Order: sequence, then structure tokens, then C-alpha cells
Amino acid sequence: MAAPGTESQPPAPDVPSAAGTEPTPAGEARPPYRRLYRSPHGRMLGGVAHGLAVHLGLPVTWVRVAFILLFFAQGVGVLLYAAFWFVVPIGIGEPAPGAAARWIYQDGGFVRVPAGQTGVGELSKGRRAGLGRLRDLLQRTFHGEPSPAGPGEVGVPGAQPEKAGRGGVGQLFALLLLVVGIMALLSALHIQTAKPYVWPLLIVGVGVALVWRQADDSRWQRWFGLEEATRRRGAYTRVVGGVLLVVAGIIAFLVLQGSGSTLGSVIEASIAVLAGVLVLVGPYALRLWQDLGAERTARIRAQERAEIAAHVHDSVLHTLTLIQRNADDAKEVLRLARAQERELRLWLYRPEAAAEAAPDTLAERIRQVVAEVEDRHGVPVELVCVGDCPMDEKISAQIRAAREAMVNAAKYGGGGPVQVYAEVEGRTVSVFVRDHGPGFDPDTVPEDRMGVRESIIGRMRRNGGTARVRPAPDGGTEVELEMERADV
Amino acid sequence: MSEAVAAGPERTARVVLVDDHRMFRTGVRAEIGRTEVTGIDVVGEADDVESAVQVVAETRPDVVLLDVHLPGGGGVEVLRRSAPLMSDPTGVRFLALSVSDAAEDVIGVIRGGARGYVTKTITGTDLVNAIFRISDGDAVFSPRLAGFVLDAFAATDTPPVDEDLDRLTQREREVLRLIARGYAYKEIAKQLFISVKTVESHVSAVLRKLQLSNRHELTRWATARRLV
Repeated sequence: MAAPGTESQPPAPDVPSAAGTEPTPAGEARPPYRRLYRSPHGRMLGGVAHGLAVHLGLPVTWVRVAFILLFFAQGVGVLLYAAFWFVVPIGIGEPAPGAAARWIYQDGGFVRVPAGQTGVGELSKGRRAGLGRLRDLLQRTFHGEPSPAGPGEVGVPGAQPEKAGRGGVGQLFALLLLVVGIMALLSALHIQTAKPYVWPLLIVGVGVALVWRQADDSRWQRWFGLEEATRRRGAYTRVVGGVLLVVAGIIAFLVLQGSGSTLGSVIEASIAVLAGVLVLVGPYALRLWQDLGAERTARIRAQERAEIAAHVHDSVLHTLTLIQRNADDAKEVLRLARAQERELRLWLYRPEAAAEAAPDTLAERIRQVVAEVEDRHGVPVELVCVGDCPMDEKISAQIRAAREAMVNAAKYGGGGPVQVYAEVEGRTVSVFVRDHGPGFDPDTVPEDRMGVRESIIGRMRRNGGTARVRPAPDGGTEVELEMERADV
Repeated sequence: MSEAVAAGPERTARVVLVDDHRMFRTGVRAEIGRTEVTGIDVVGEADDVESAVQVVAETRPDVVLLDVHLPGGGGVEVLRRSAPLMSDPTGVRFLALSVSDAAEDVIGVIRGGARGYVTKTITGTDLVNAIFRISDGDAVFSPRLAGFVLDAFAATDTPPVDEDLDRLTQREREVLRLIARGYAYKEIAKQLFISVKTVESHVSAVLRKLQLSNRHELTRWATARRLV
């Protein structure tokens, strides 16, 4: 195959044997990979119970009751909760894979909502009378709600209103419970014998909580695309407030331990120690920081280069192949060249316009790609799509890889229909592209051929997914692309 | 579906074509109707619900190739009015043949009693194979139908009324996924290390669940997901 820039596909008479060495077909019962996420939907505190409930497929009330019961066992519940909060990343309220539905809080109980529905419309507006104001204020302070208009009216896409509905009262209640719990825990640890220390400790605790909530919410808000300015202001006040509280608490603690008169020397000593540590560690830290930055830049650059190479391969090189094939047909050559020029210009100089033109859900996008490939290569592509999800960076990359696989199948698949199957299951998006052509062995593809190696396998790997190319059981080739959705 | 079922002159199937486009009927007849080669004997044609019901009742074919969109109520109406003919084991069987992507249409005819669904892009050989498979009492799922079914059984929010019917087993899901990925029965059998017969029985089980299950909201589901 003399096509420039594409992998050669020698006929593979050894397909049956190759199929035989493939003992783990994708169709095998491979239990879906489940990850635990905390859920921002309908959470009371950190979304731990909610996330656990979704993960385990239990009603969330059970999990909460379990935590509360555990609390009475020497406060284990609180510690456990804190540990989960600390280690488990927050994610969108994702259905447990296979369940394809999630639980949301509605009308006083948890109801299942099928994946793909946000359930926004059905949720009651928060009742905002009386206690409402106080609740909103507290909620904003601790949860970083974006604007005084109240969460229900901000119009943030996704799950925000869920949180607003009944969550407000619940969250306030939960926070109070937490405070009471901490007090109880402290008294259980016999700290009340040293009563004066309780308040400084409590202040430190609140400060830490504020800062932690900030780290938590800033991620959460980033995903829901809150306004930059509001976000930063809120974050700033909360971090500063938290740090001040912690410092105040510690100083109070130290002062209480000694007496008021030692305050000066305590502060002096602290500053001296801090300065000393800074002098000692400073240069190393700075160096480390710089190295880290340099390495990151280099990596980003390499990645970008590979992306550009892959794109140029997908579009420009393919068009050049088509032009060589249609060299006699001046009109066709002109059409191809023009279309390619337009496309390349758009990609190079107005990437945001290119992104705008693209549909924003997986099914729509892949349908568009299928139509393009069909049009350009004149080979029927049959698409079957199960489930749908919004687009993100990783899935765009996956679709570009899938497009390349379709183009390969269209060119070398013997002219028969190309079959594409896309499936969204929980957080995993799989795309299968199969043709009924002669098949080929990916290991025999020369090093300099970019199609499969860079545009498909490399692209998937760079974006955190996997790609497998294998012979189909009865001839032909199947490309399997698997990607976990970004934390959007 | 490119499997070589015993298609050939040694066995025959009597077929009625129901489609409101004459060109399409002519094309299909030319493609599959050469009885001495394919074994398919086209015994009648119809172009709307009224004539279809009449022709099917008169000729009692083995298989009716039924278009989903027909003047006078569509394929579903033909199925409804021909229901008595389908009841006995040797009765008339229906294969939906559609150009439509609409899940609502497709699932409608399947629930109406059609034994399978293929798209009009199917090749002549595959269609002949499908017809014989249907006349043997088996079910025929195109990749697209498999996709619809997976979607429908994955995404309904109501708890199943009848556990046996409203859930697909793990194996059935695997078989459907492979069909959706474009695998022929033989390939599925190879991939899952089971016999072709077992694949067929899984597919028939899914068809039964689809036709009998209490998922009244199937069509609502299709509309909500903008598949129609």
C-alpha cells in the first residue's frame, strides 16, 4: 500500500491463528471498573454518604444512619467520614455502572433518575421564607454558593438546583450536627477537664474546615463553570478567613497554656522558627518548583506536538491520498483541496469556532463524524449508539481516534459497510469500529506509519484511554476505544 | 448476518412483500425472488395495510417482509390484524424491513409480534439468510435493533414489574452488544465460546422479553431520548 502516511495493511492469512491467540475477547464478562466518588448531588456535608450509597447501590439513608450509629462507637463515624472526605475525590452524581440511573433527593425521598436526565425540572424550588435567609447566609459561608441570588436562581447547569431544593435545611442541620458531634467527641476524649482549650481548638477546627471546604468547592465550581470573578472573590475571603481562624486559635491555645504575658515571646519564637525553616528549605523548594514547572512545560509541548501530528495526519495526509487517487478528476481534486484548506484554516486559526460548530453530545458528534466519513470515502458506515453523554476533552480525543479508525476501515475494509458501535456505560465510553476487510496485524506496521500508532493508539493513551486493534473472529479488523469520562 | 444458513434451492420459503414503494418491491423481488437460486418464492405483494392483511390471509406465506411505514396505519396495524395467523407454531412470521432509524417504529413492530428487524441497507444474501432464519422460528436482530434494545433495557427508571422479563441476563447483554458491534451469529459463538444454537436461543429470549415485558414506557423512553 503506497498511500503516504498510512499504515500498510497486508492481507493476513494468519487471521484465524491470530484470533486464537486472543483469549480475552472484549465480550467476556469483564466486571466494570467501579470507582468511588463523592457526590455533589443532594449532599449534606461532603457528599460521602451519597457517593457511597450510589457506589454500593444502597439507599442513602442507610449509609447516613450507619455513619451516625458508628459515631456512637467512640466517634468512629466522624473519623471515618473525615477520612472519606479527605481521600475520595468528588465527582458528578454518577450512576453505578450498569445501573444507569442515579438517586436524587426529591420530595422527601430518594428517587431513581435515569442517566441522561438531570431531573432539574421536577425539583421543587427551595422554600425561602423565615429561616431561609439565615440558612442561605450560612450555606454561602460554608458551601461557597456563588451569588446572593440563591443557588436555585443562578441557572448553573446540572445539579445545582437539586442541592437547593431540600438540601439547604438539611445541610444546615448536618453542619450543626457536625459541630455537636465534634463537641461530643472532644468531651469523650476528656478534654473538658481542660475546658479553656476547647474554644481555641474549636476555632482551629472551624478554620481548617473552611479552608478544606474551599479546596473542595473550588473543584466543584470549576466543573459547573461558575463565573470566574465571583468564584475567586469567594475563595479568597474563605481561605483568608480560614487561615486567620487557625492562627487565632493556635495563638489563643498557646496563650492559654502559658499566660497573657508570654504572648510576645511565643509569637517571636514562632516567627524565628518559621524564618529558619524558610531559609533552610527555601532554595530546595524553589528549585523543586522550577523543575516541576519546566518538566510540565516540556510534557505539554510534546503532547501538543503529537496532537498536531495526529491531526495533520487525519486530515491533510488523508486528503492528499484521495487527491492522488483522483488525480484525473480535476473537479474532484479541486473540491477536496478546497474543503481541506477550509478545514485546516478553521482548525489552525479559529479553534474556538471549530469547537462551536461541533455538537455538544457524544451521539450527535459521532453521528456527524460518521456522515463526514461516509461522504468523503463513499463507504456506508452503520452507527449504533447506546446511551449518550455531554462532550468533554477526553471524549473529543476519543472521537477523533474513532474517526481515524473509521477512515482506515473505509479505505482498507474492502468497501463493505463499516460498523460503529458507541456505548456510554456509567463513566466509561466505549467505541468499536469494525470492518470486514482482509485484516492486518498491528505489529507488522512499520515504525514510520502514523495512522494506527499515533492517531489512534497514541491519541487514546495521551488522553488517558486505551485502544486495542485486533482481528475480528471471521475476518476483518476491530478497533476498540475505551475512555473514562473527564470529571466534568 | 452474513452467515450461510442452508440457503439454496434445496429448501424454499414462501414470502410476501409489503411496502408502499413499488420500486423497492421490484428491487427486492429481483434480488431474492429467483427461486431456483435463492429458494425464496415471492407469492404476493401489497402496498398498504388493507391489501397486506388480505394478501397475507389468502396466501399464508412463511415470512412477510413488512415495511414499518405504510398507508393505513403502518406495519403495526398489519400485525395487529394478522395476529390470529401468527398464533400457531407453523403460522405466518413477520420480518420488519425498515429504512427508519426511529426506535419508536422499530420497537413498535417488534412488540406487535414481528420476529426480527433489518434495515433496507441489508444485502440480498443477508436478507435471504434472515428470511430462512425467521421461517425456522428464530429471531433476527440487526445491529441497530440490538442497540435500541440495550438502550431501552438499560435506561428505564421504573423498577421492573416482572423480574424475569424486564431484565436482560449478562449473557443476553453480551450477545446483543456483539450484534450491535456487527458480529454475525457464528462470530458471536466463537467469541463467547458457545454454540450458534445457544446464540440463537439468547436472541430468541431477548425477543420474547421485548414482546412480553411490561415496559409500557418503551415508546415514551424513545421519545424522551430524542431517538424518534
